[in-house]
Amino acid sequence: MEYMILIYGDESAWTNASQAQLKAMYAEYGAYTQELMKAGVMRAGSELKPVATATTVRLRGGKVLSTDGPFAETKEQLGGYYLIEVPDLDAAVKWAGKCPGAKMGSCEVRPLAPPPK
Amino acid sequence: MLGRIVDELARREGPRILAGLIGRLGGNFNLAEDCLQDAYERALDAWPSAGIPEQPAAWLTTVARRCAIDRLRRSRRNMDDGDLILEQLAIEQPEPIETGGLPDDRLRLIFTCCHPAIAAPAQMTLALRTLCGLSTREIARAFLEPEATTAQRLVRARKKISEARIPYVVPSHEMLPDRLAAVLAAIYLVFNEGYSATEGASLVRPDLSGEAIRLARNPAERLYLERRLREVIR
Repeated sequence: MEYMILIYGDESAWTNASQAQLKAMYAEYGAYTQELMKAGVMRAGSELKPVATATTVRLRGGKVLSTDGPFAETKEQLGGYYLIEVPDLDAAVKWAGKCPGAKMGSCEVRPLAPPPK
Repeated sequence: MLGRIVDELARREGPRILAGLIGRLGGNFNLAEDCLQDAYERALDAWPSAGIPEQPAAWLTTVARRCAIDRLRRSRRNMDDGDLILEQLAIEQPEPIETGGLPDDRLRLIFTCCHPAIAAPAQMTLALRTLCGLSTREIARAFLEPEATTAQRLVRARKKISEARIPYVVPSHEMLPDRLAAVLAAIYLVFNEGYSATEGASLVRPDLSGEAIRLARNPAERLYLERRLREVIR
């Protein structure tokens, strides 16, 4: 079963970090990614650029409307994700608990819906 | 009268039958629950003329298993592992229900119902429904809420179990201490709800406290939990 680990956190922790801090944070994520790959559960994953780069798109009355950023101002933003394949929720939660994002912000674990039959 | 007998059977034997059935259905909580309900209804239809069978729990187990076969055949396309489960179900096993047996299936059920991914009120409702064998109506009465509210909470919790794939297992060694704490917390909440009721005219609701004590006292489970606890502490 595939699960998405959505990593939420305060972006300013990254933008305000010193070079040394950034290096340490990326090293942690690198090690975590390696661990997922070694266990053979990693399907995909990436960091996302800051929310300031986001564009929200809506189709209304046949017109495409693009606006800057996401709609709501929240303290924690979606900063990245991992897509993993594991047998059940317990295994997914175990991996999410090891994710560096869980320490700094929070990780949301969501099962992927299978394609409709 | 027969209704009361079936209610009593549901309370005494229902959890064990359900636990075993979920195991044989590859952890499919909803299907097992539906089939057991079918079996109760069949009992109400069949027993007035045929008489109550000598081993009513075994009768209910067999009927529930056959209902599962029927339901799976009808909806085979909606389940990935439907064929595999059907094969296993077709094997007529002597039902171990009457002997008591090892409490493993019931333990799995306890840990599934009290999984931390399920919200506390839903854990309590699930525990009362599936571990204590209370009907939705009885639970609604105990929590002083409309039956529809209880029913909805149960539906959502079961949906989460199947869709997020909460496993039907006794947790691994490393997870056990936390998960045991969750189980004990759920039992304690049920007890507390009865001991110092948040709603209603009476402060003490012995029905709920009684169920909590019944859950905590089941000797086979207690022994098992204590043994596992000691292993973890060591």
